[in-house]
Parts: sequence; C-alpha cells; structure tokens
Amino acid sequence: MATKETLIIIGNGMVGHHLVEQVIEAGALARFDVTVFGEERHRAYDRVHLSEYFTGRDAESLALCDADYYAQHGVTLYSNVKVTEIDRAAKTVVTASGRYAFDHLVLATGSFPFVPPIEGRERPGCLVYRTLSDLDAIRDAARNATNGVVVGGGLLGLEAANALRGLNLDTAVVEFAPRLMPMQVDREGGELLKEKIEALGVQVLTERATQRIEQGEQSRLRIVFQDDKVLETDLIVFSAGIRPQDELARDCGLEIGERGGVVIDDHCRTSDPAILAVGEVALWNQSIFGLVAPGYQMAKVAVSTLTGGDARFGGADMSTKLKLLGVDVGAIGDAHGERTPGARMFRYLDPLTQLYRKLVVSSDGKKLLGAMLVGDNGVYDTLLQYYANSLELPKEPASLILPQQSGAAPALGPGALPDTAMICSCHNVTKADICRALDAGAQDLAGVKGATKASTGCGGCATLLKSVVDFELEARGVEVDTSLCEHFAYTRQALYDIVRVEGIKTFGELMEKHGSPGHGLGCDICKPTVSSILASCFNEPIMDAAHVPLQDTNDTFMANMQKNGTYSVVPRIAGGEITPEKLMVLGQVAQKFELYTKVTGGQRIDLFGARLEDLPAIWGELIAAGFETGHAYGKSLRTVKSCVGSTWCRYGVQDSVGMAIALEHRYKGLRAPHKIKFGVSGCTRECAEAQSKDIGIIATENGWNLYVCGNGGMRPRHAELFATDLDDEALYRTIDRFLMFYVRTADRLQRTATWRENLEGGLDYLKEVILEDSLSLGDELERQMQTLIERYECEWANALSDPEKLKRFRSFVNDERPDPSIIMTSERGQLRPA
Amino acid sequence: MNVFAVASNTLPAMRWQPLCRRADLVAFSGVVAWLETSAAQVALFYLPGHTPELYALDHFDPFSNACVIGRGIVGDLNGAPVIASPLYKQHFRLSDGQCLEDERVQLRTWPVRFENDHVLIEA
Ligand code: SRM
Ligand SMILES: Cc1cc2nc3c(=O)[nH]c(=O)nc-3n(C[C@H](O)[C@H](O)[C@H](O)COP(=O)(O)OP(=O)(O)OC[C@H]3O[C@@H](n4cnc5c(N)ncnc54)[C@H](O)[C@@H]3O)c2cc1C
Ligand code: SF4
Ligand code: FES
Repeated sequence: MATKETLIIIGNGMVGHHLVEQVIEAGALARFDVTVFGEERHRAYDRVHLSEYFTGRDAESLALCDADYYAQHGVTLYSNVKVTEIDRAAKTVVTASGRYAFDHLVLATGSFPFVPPIEGRERPGCLVYRTLSDLDAIRDAARNATNGVVVGGGLLGLEAANALRGLNLDTAVVEFAPRLMPMQVDREGGELLKEKIEALGVQVLTERATQRIEQGEQSRLRIVFQDDKVLETDLIVFSAGIRPQDELARDCGLEIGERGGVVIDDHCRTSDPAILAVGEVALWNQSIFGLVAPGYQMAKVAVSTLTGGDARFGGADMSTKLKLLGVDVGAIGDAHGERTPGARMFRYLDPLTQLYRKLVVSSDGKKLLGAMLVGDNGVYDTLLQYYANSLELPKEPASLILPQQSGAAPALGPGALPDTAMICSCHNVTKADICRALDAGAQDLAGVKGATKASTGCGGCATLLKSVVDFELEARGVEVDTSLCEHFAYTRQALYDIVRVEGIKTFGELMEKHGSPGHGLGCDICKPTVSSILASCFNEPIMDAAHVPLQDTNDTFMANMQKNGTYSVVPRIAGGEITPEKLMVLGQVAQKFELYTKVTGGQRIDLFGARLEDLPAIWGELIAAGFETGHAYGKSLRTVKSCVGSTWCRYGVQDSVGMAIALEHRYKGLRAPHKIKFGVSGCTRECAEAQSKDIGIIATENGWNLYVCGNGGMRPRHAELFATDLDDEALYRTIDRFLMFYVRTADRLQRTATWRENLEGGLDYLKEVILEDSLSLGDELERQMQTLIERYECEWANALSDPEKLKRFRSFVNDERPDPSIIMTSERGQLRPA
Repeated sequence: MNVFAVASNTLPAMRWQPLCRRADLVAFSGVVAWLETSAAQVALFYLPGHTPELYALDHFDPFSNACVIGRGIVGDLNGAPVIASPLYKQHFRLSDGQCLEDERVQLRTWPVRFENDHVLIEA
C-alpha cells in the first residue's frame, strides 16, 4: 500500500475544524495523514457564540466536536501548541517541541484583535475579546471592578459591551467614528442604535479618539482623549477591528496583501502551491471575510483542491443580521448604496417604535442592491432573498419596508424562491439541496437538518428553513396531515384544548362529540393519547373502569411488559436515595418472587420477570415497606437523577439530593406526551448528567441554573440554559410553567427535545412565554400544575384497595394456574426468559 | 428461542362448552381464559353494542412467541374491529384473526356466544 501523504493544518479554530470535518466526510483520510496544531488550549469551539460563555455555557458545551472526535478518526491534534515557523524549502513546520514534515499545508490561523498603538495599552486591565482565554481574563478583571469601557463601537465592540454589562459593570462604548457600527449602518441608523443602547444604560461616546491610557484616580485606569477629556475605568476591552494572523506566512515569504492577509486564488492556494489558506487569514480578491460562512466555503474548496477536485471559491455575501444588546441590526449587500451609481434609496424611520429601515434599489427600481435595518429584523429574510437571488422587486419597493398595516407587500413566500436560493449560508445549502433531501426520504424538518446540516451553524436561517421545508412538504402532497389517526381529525394539541375547554372526562364522550364521522372504537394510537390527555387534565386513577380499555398493557397493569409476557416492577427511589431498610426489602421481595434484579440507568432498581398474578402481592409488600409506584410504565415523570451534592461532596454548593427528591415528589405521576427525565447536579462538574435530561438543574453559588430540552436516547441533545441563579421557589414555578406548557402543546410521543426543535421561535419564544409570561398564561399553568400535584395518589396503592381492579391480575379468568408458557432459565445466579 | 407449542386440537367432535362468566369480561378490552379441552389460552374480547359483541382468539402472539394478545388494545381500523399486540403492535382482525401487517399470519379463532350469564365456546 502506498504511504499516505501528510497534511498539516495550522489553526484549530472554526474554519480549521470545519476543514477536518470536510476531509473526514470526503473520505480523504484514506489518502492523508492529518495533523492539526492549535495555539489555544481548547480544541475548536464556537467562536460565534463566544459571548454565551458569560451566560452559562462552558468551554465543553461550546466545543465543536466531542473530545475524542479527532482521535476516533485517527487525526492528530496538538492543542496548546503554536507553530513558530514554516520552512518551505524543507517542507516542515516548527514548534517548540520539534519539526514536522508535510506534503500539504493549510493555514487556518484566523485573525487577531487589533489594538491601536495607543500609549499605555499594555497596562493591566487592557484586554481584548476573541478567545475563551480572553473571556477568562475579562471575568477575572471584572471581579473587583465597577466599570468598564469598550474601545470600538463596531459589531464585536457592542457584543463586548453587552458582556461587560452582564458582568454587572457600568459600561461605556467609545467610538472614533461619528456613529456606532459605521460599517453596517448610516447616520440615521447609527443615531437610532445609539439611542436604543443608551436606553439600556450603556454610555455611548462617539467621535472620541483615544490618545493614551494612564493610571486612574478613582478607578484603575484613565483614558485620555484627543481633546484632553478623560474617562476613568477599571478595565478596557479593545475592539478596534481584526487583523489577519499572517505572521507565519509573511516570515516564510508567501504573498501577502497590502493591508495583510495571505493571498489565495479561487482554489484557496497561496503563492506556494503546496500551501493553502482558509478562513479569516485568507485574502481573496482583495477581501478578507470576517464571517464564518465564507470560511466554511473556503474549507470545502480547499478539500476539493487537495483531493484533485476543481471547486472554486467565488466570494461570499457579507450580509448579516444580529441582535446586539437586544437590538436587531441587519445589513444586506450594499447597505450604504455607495457601490452602484444611480442607486435609489427608500427610507422608513419611526421615532416612536424606534425603527429604521432602508432599501437600496437599482436605478430602474427592479433589483434590490442592499438594505439596512435597525430595531427589527422581521423583514430581513425576505429582503435577503430578493437580494441574493436578484428577484424582481414589487412595483412599489417601499412596501417591503413599510409596517404591515399600511398595506405592505406580503412576505416573499418560499414558493417564489428559485432552486438556487441559498437558504443556509453556513453550510451552503440551497433550496434545491433541501428538495433533494426530501426526495431522498427526509420526512420533516429534523430529517432535512440531519441530511443537509442546514441551520446547524449560526442558526440565523432557522425560520426560513422551516418555511421552505413546510412548503415543499405540502407541495409533495405529504400533506402535513396532522390528524391523530382515522378516528380524530385533530392534532394532539387540538384534542388537548378540546378536552380542557369542554371539560370532557371520558374517551366515549370525546369520540361522540369530536370523533370522525362513522366513528368507532378508537385504536391503539388515539386511545392511549386521549388517556394521557385526560390524565394530564384531571389526574384520575388510570385503573378507573372508564379508562382501563384505553391503556397500553403497561399502564393497565402498571408494570412494563417484557418480551415473554412477564412484567417488570420499578418502585420509585426518588433522587436515587434509599435507606438500607428499603434496600433490604427490595432484596427480600425479589428473592421471594424470584425476580431478576438490576440497577437501572435511572438510579433505581428494576425487578424483572414478575408474573401477572404476582404483581398485587409484590406491590402489597413494597407499599407496606413505604415504596410507591415509579411510573416506569407511563409516559410521565421517570426519575430525577441526582449527584451526592453538598451534603457529602467537597465541591457541592447546594443540596442536589434534597432538590432532586423534592422535584421527583412534586412531579411524580404527571402524565405527559412522552416520558420526562430530570437531573440535578450539585456543582458544575455535573455528575448527574443533568444536561442530558428534559429538565437539568445545576447548582450555583446563588441557587440553581435551569437547563431544558435535553435528551439521551437515540438522538442525544444537550439541554439549553434557560434561567440562572433561581431560588427554590422560582425554580419550582419555572418548571411548573415549562412542563405544563409542554404538556399542552407537544405532539403525541414528542419528547421535550423534539418539541423544542419544532417550536417556532425556538428557545427565545419559550423564554418569552415561560419567563416573561408573554401569553399571560403563567398563572393558569401554575394553577393547573398545582391541581395535578394535589390530586396525586399512588396508582398501585389505589388499585390494591379496590378488589374490582385486582380482578384483572390473573392469567386466566376461569383458572388459578399461572401462564404455563412462561419458561425461565438461570444465568449468573438469576432467572431470565428461556 | 422458546416456542410455546399449542397442543393440536385433534379431539373427536367439537362441542359447545362453558368457558367463563359474563362478569369475568371487561367491556372494550380483553381477558384470557384457559381452555382445558385444548390446553389452549383463549383471549376474549367484549364489545357491548356491536355485532357480534364477543370474540375469541388465540392468546399466543406468533411475533413475540409469548402469550399476550389478550392484553392488547381493542380498536377498529377501516371499520373492522382489531386487537393490537402489546409487544410489537401488529393488528389482528377480531372476526377471523387475520394479521393486517402480514397476510401470512392468522390467529386461531373460536366460535363463542353468550348463554345467560355464561360464555360458551365451541371447541
Ligand atoms: C430499565 C432501563 C434499562 C436499564 O436496565 O438500565 C430501561 C428500559 C427500557 N427503556 Fe430506556 N431504560 C432505562 C433507562 C434509559 C435511559 C437512561 C436514563 O434515564 O438516564 C435512557 C436515555 C436517556 C433519555 O431517555 O433521554 C433511555 C432511553 C430509552 C428510549 C429512547 C428515548 C429517546 O428519547 O430517544 C426508549 C424508547 C422510547 O421511549 O420510545 C426507551 C425505552 C425503554 C423500554 C421501556 C423499552 C420497552 O418499550 O420495552 C425499556 C423497558 C423498561 C422496563 O421494562 O422496565 N428507553 N432509557 C432503564 C430504566 C430507568 C429507570 O429507572 O426508570
Ligand atoms: C465575539 C465574536 C462574535 C462573532 N460573531 C459572529 C457571527 O455572528 N457570525 C459570523 O459569521 N462570524 C462571527 N464571528 C467571526 C467568526 O468567529 C470568525 O469568522 C471565525 O471564527 C473564523 O474562523 P477561523 O478558523 O478563520 O479563525 P479562528 O476561529 O480565529 O481560528 C484560528 C485559530 O488558529 C490559531 N492559531 C493562530 N496562529 C497559530 C499558530 N501559529 N499555531 C497554531 N495555531 C494558531 C488561533 O489560536 C485560533 O484558535 C465572531 C467572532 C467573535 C470573536
Ligand atoms: S456534580 Fe459536583 S457536587 Fe455533585 S458529585 Fe459531582 S463534583 Fe460533587
Ligand atoms: S445560515 Fe448559519 S446555520 Fe444556516
């Protein structure tokens, strides 16, 4: 076998990492041995969402891949190792620890924050905003600080200002230009932005040139401006632009642009054909692209070049939309209207709602050349499509930026987009790609995301993607038929509302009033669904005569049927805490009824192989010993996993076991569209794996951080931070609302993770509803939960007290014998199905 | 794998015999009776108000090789009453035991009827 060629990648940032992924996906590992050097101590992480490091995410959750991803694929990664030299003649790179030979080299060194040559800029407390380590330094500096200044009022500067504000510092932004974000907005837009940001308590100083930095009097530092005015501050974050990290390339004589950047051609080749460059370090056609999407495109092109392909980089659109300090800002194409002669502008300014929109239109009024939005990005997607696809504008282009009620043109429907329309620029997914994915079998939004990766980068395209997918599904006659089954032409959500509003209490009544014409008995889809809805609304015992025929066998017999027709028994062991006495009872019961015994993945003990007729006796003994049902059979709360927490653990900052037990008892028995799992950890080490649960809770010094919508299972998903530093009461209240809202609005068998992924508006919407009570539902949801909590009773205790219900627990109605077909054998000292 | 063999029914003449009582049944759900003469497990489904209102099928589920049919969910699909197996969810027509997902599979059925308070089976 021929020996492999060596590919070295310098830089393990966003684009360098994407390059590795592309190499792997292209199957090019068969040809290359890949080695990656990254100067940062962390492996590649999501720099775009860097600021979330201050709002609850840690390095691990920002990481772009699992810790063992590189190793698994046989890619060598040296983190925390800087390449200090490229020896082009010898084809080696040099690090502190040695020389490494390459056949192909890719530079993905990104850029570094530019700090203007101001006297005093090396003083302690002068910082930048680019890496996780930078943020650590800012956090440290903020600890004993009361105020902070950001030098630079561009996009990143405002993001840094927001971060400082989040660290409880009095914050000011200093900008050299006459307005904020001079690159993206014009004078009107800039003024509006300034007003909005000042309203948030951030001081904005424009037209201020910083001259030097000195020792301060009240604060640690003092900024002296050109006009000799001064500003005292404890820390300064420089955000005066970025510069390509091209030092290595300069030193080894590669062609460099006038203002920096490694010159590349359409194939991402530098002036040395053995060396390629991608990402923010690369200069293509005199331009540096300071966004991740063009970098990803370059990575793709580079892989093609390396493997003998002919893909070309053809530039990229720099349109952006963001929310800075909660203010929407969007810029599309030639937002200033400076690049095309004869361009015409339309402006709409509403000083009351603080909204500014500008359109730049070609001289014939037919094409959109650019746009600028401040205050509301609602029309961004539509405008971007007009721009990116050169669609012909409506007769009155102004209608696109006028508020709806003044007869504005309707948003551009997904049907009007051409196949080439770029839907997700991070992953280069066009409308045609989406259609292909659907034709190849993707059945819904999640399927399309999985197949194309669309919307898994910056996330900016989520709404657009959903509308395209929905539209295309409908066009394929996959009429997104939302009927539950042939008996009910309603979704689960609609049935839920009917049941609640009309107070319907039985399946029969619901079928009679709302079943499909010629309705009948129902089926194994609608019956358990309705049963679950009834339970969520009224919490009557599921064994009540009216409900029995609705249940899955698991619910009917309140135990999980196993493959040989026997059942498993899982008593609740709240929070995983159990007394020695109860532990012994479990042992005794298992021994007596010959049950296979296993510790489950949910921190409790499962007794398997129980015969139907033994279930009441088994539960009789368990309940006498103080156990209650664990609902392992129900679509309901399963377990609240806990770590040992502050009671024992040297790191614990709160009593995680106590909280887990309290939560498990609060929500036990809650019937939901699917099962619900919680985890509570006593500190950020997260031994309870709370972030893989529907509800995850992690103790902080000040209370609890709440994460929602995680999932293990088939498609693991990390839970997302929802609220921070809640006290016990606030935690309960928030979870009450969250769960009840889920119960109300989720589809049948939809766990919180899938529900969340399909929720229009995403996490922000959820936060608005739950935390800000935007639908004024909060009280009602809490009250409803309270009622359910009050009506809780152990279903097994209820059944045991009712001889009628117990009649069902026998193998044969006319014979005492147990089912003779069940045959057991023994293994490792216990019984199992033969 | 344990395949539970049902004794083949080669007894001379079929006859109507009492199996259990009406009160043993659960409306719109299943119960199971032991049929001594065939050493068989019979799943009985009771749909009051329908015609017929009583059905008897084999309790043995050929897909899981376990006796569980009587513990499934009763329903109807396209107007025909069915039982859904609780393990792997196949549907069997109550009238003739035909599996809707696999035409090669059919559950054994027995004629059943009420006589006063008794359920009679012909076996
Ligand atoms: C017993 C147990 C395995 C064990 O021996 O450890 C188990 C057993 C079953 N799991 Fe599980 N799961 C068990 C922990 C888990 C875990 C781990 C956890 O909870 O921390 C997971 C992954 C975490 C998660 O759910 O996000 C897990 C993910 C699943 C899934 C996939 C769910 C998903 O969203 O992808 C299913 C299938 C389903 O629910 O549709 C499933 C379904 C099942 C069923 C109900 C399958 C079935 O229909 O027969 C199993 C029957 C249990 C029984 O008869 O008692 N089980 N299952 C665990 C019981 C925990 C408990 O104390 O209640
Ligand atoms: C706060 C913030 C917010 C942002 N928001 C957005 C956004 O919303 N949308 C968007 O598209 N973009 C955004 N960006 C820009 C985006 O992060 C960059 O475009 C992207 O990270 C560029 O990727 P890269 O791999 O080229 O560079 P980087 O991600 O910077 O990676 C370069 C890596 O190379 C390493 N390196 C450099 N020299 C060496 C050496 N000699 N040896 C070894 N390693 C070396 C560096 O340490 C670094 O880890 C944001 C950036 C920041 C800082
Ligand atoms: S999560 Fe923290 S408190 Fe809990 S056991 Fe682990 S280290 Fe201890
Ligand atoms: S545009 Fe960034 S994820 Fe789609």
